[in-house]
Amino acid sequence: MPALVLTLALTGASGSTRAADPAPVNEVAPGVFVHTGQIAEATRDNDGDTSNWGFVVGERCIAVIDSGGSTATGEALLAAIRSQSPLPVCAVISTHVHPDHILGNAALASLKPAPEFVASQRLPAALAARQSTYTALALRQLGADRAPVFVAPTSLVGAQTVQINLGNRDLTVRSWPTAHTDNDLTVSDETSGTLFAGDLLFVDHIPVLDGSLTGWLAQIPTLRALSATRVVPGHGGVASGAAAVAAAWDREHAYLLDLRDRVRASLRIGTALARAVDTLTAPAGWQLTELYHRRNVTAAYAELEWED
Amino acid sequence: MTSPRSLLRAVLVGIVSLMLGTSLAIAADEPSPDTEQWAGLRQYLFANRPIADNVGDVVDLDAPFRAEDASVVPIGLKAKIDQSGGRYIRKLWLVVDKNPTPVAASFELTPESGRADVETRIRLEEYTWVRVIAETSDGQLHMARKYVRAAGGCSAPAGKDNEAALARLGKIKFKLEGEVETGKPTLAQMMVSHPNNSGMQMDQVTRLFVPPQYVRHVEVAYGGKVILSADVDFSISENPNFRFYFMPKAGGSELTAKVVDSKDLTFSSTLSLPKVGI
Repeated sequence: MPALVLTLALTGASGSTRAADPAPVNEVAPGVFVHTGQIAEATRDNDGDTSNWGFVVGERCIAVIDSGGSTATGEALLAAIRSQSPLPVCAVISTHVHPDHILGNAALASLKPAPEFVASQRLPAALAARQSTYTALALRQLGADRAPVFVAPTSLVGAQTVQINLGNRDLTVRSWPTAHTDNDLTVSDETSGTLFAGDLLFVDHIPVLDGSLTGWLAQIPTLRALSATRVVPGHGGVASGAAAVAAAWDREHAYLLDLRDRVRASLRIGTALARAVDTLTAPAGWQLTELYHRRNVTAAYAELEWED
Repeated sequence: MTSPRSLLRAVLVGIVSLMLGTSLAIAADEPSPDTEQWAGLRQYLFANRPIADNVGDVVDLDAPFRAEDASVVPIGLKAKIDQSGGRYIRKLWLVVDKNPTPVAASFELTPESGRADVETRIRLEEYTWVRVIAETSDGQLHMARKYVRAAGGCSAPAGKDNEAALARLGKIKFKLEGEVETGKPTLAQMMVSHPNNSGMQMDQVTRLFVPPQYVRHVEVAYGGKVILSADVDFSISENPNFRFYFMPKAGGSELTAKVVDSKDLTFSSTLSLPKVGI
């Protein structure tokens, strides 16, 4: 696979010239570390540190869940792991195809022994369709000298739930019907009752629709039930404790439900797409609405116009 | 000493430069419309025929400042003249300079089209000029254009749910968007469920290219006469969508749509109209 060989060569070169500073992480439960990225678009200054990632340490090895939006975020992740544990990384799980969650994988591809790169079985097709766009976007946002490297997954998760054993600690990886994207995965750490929700949950950052609005709404009750004591969203702060977990899911659900109902109402009266985008304004209380709300209306409209 | 007249002039100059300043700020990243792609396309499509550029008296273009969702960018081709009398619009081209296939669509229209307004949606990956070129029945060409900025975030021109799109392949929704009144242009919408896939993407795991399958021709007839005929390709969004007009007349009881894709699959649909008075 040429892409993977290229990855090894590139990370090998950068790894030898500079050692990254460890990214700040919180140990939200024993052995569960989370980095909270900025709520922002990727820029050269933040170098793609605009999403959450984490790692879970077992007795035998470590699993990484997402890796941020650049090779640099992956290097800072690796440094953070090394400041906590000498154990090998056995799995790198990507919660979905978006570049702000997977571009750090490039820094983990040269690890020996090589970890499994775990993703939804629908991720390869989604990445194939989007890779050229995401490359252009990264070059525009991060800079021409920070070309993104995409690592092909080595282990795909389908409808069947997958257990990853880290040594006296099991992670459960679930694939979901189309919701935020058509290739969403979640990771549950059974020991601590922590759910890594990927972008199935947004906190403070306005939810971003790139899959199916009705699908997403349909999955939220199940997702909520799975977040036993703690949920790590793809963006925004970790929610801990039953009340905070419920509130986080409810808030997202309310945004998506309001979006669905208002777009349906527009469709009923024959409002054209361009006009719906101009008139259905964003509700208060979310960040980055100017970047994503109009887009959400567009995506919702293109989905819901096929109803009935 | 400053005379009232020169003071007035100074204020006016100030206002004018403020206005200029505003428009310059908006257009800061708007490059010249004379792109390399357009030079080639212009030659290919229209040779040396003159084109009235951005005059706005025959045709106009509705396009957003920024593509909110790269896979669904609403575009309106707007006629500024009636589709009757001596001069009407007989053809519209939709050109997206930076798309892999820049001629997104060409529409053929007739006086029976009622009004040469067509709305559709395109995919858009890069910052680009989008153009509509209208050919009037006297053979003259008229162009309107807008510069559209690419989407931010993780938006891509790809489909959002490949499996759902394929499962619904070929379903057509065909409906009226207004009251039907004899002799008054009436808005209709036709949408086709189709992945409209370019076949340009390679799967990194299988190393295989996704086979291309896209809608290439759309035809709408009213009372047995074709009123809209379009050659399109994968610059048009997944689930191609067209809003267009037709002119209801006595005896015209149905609209029929025929869609042909790149695998020569044909899909059709008929829309029965409410009785039209004379």
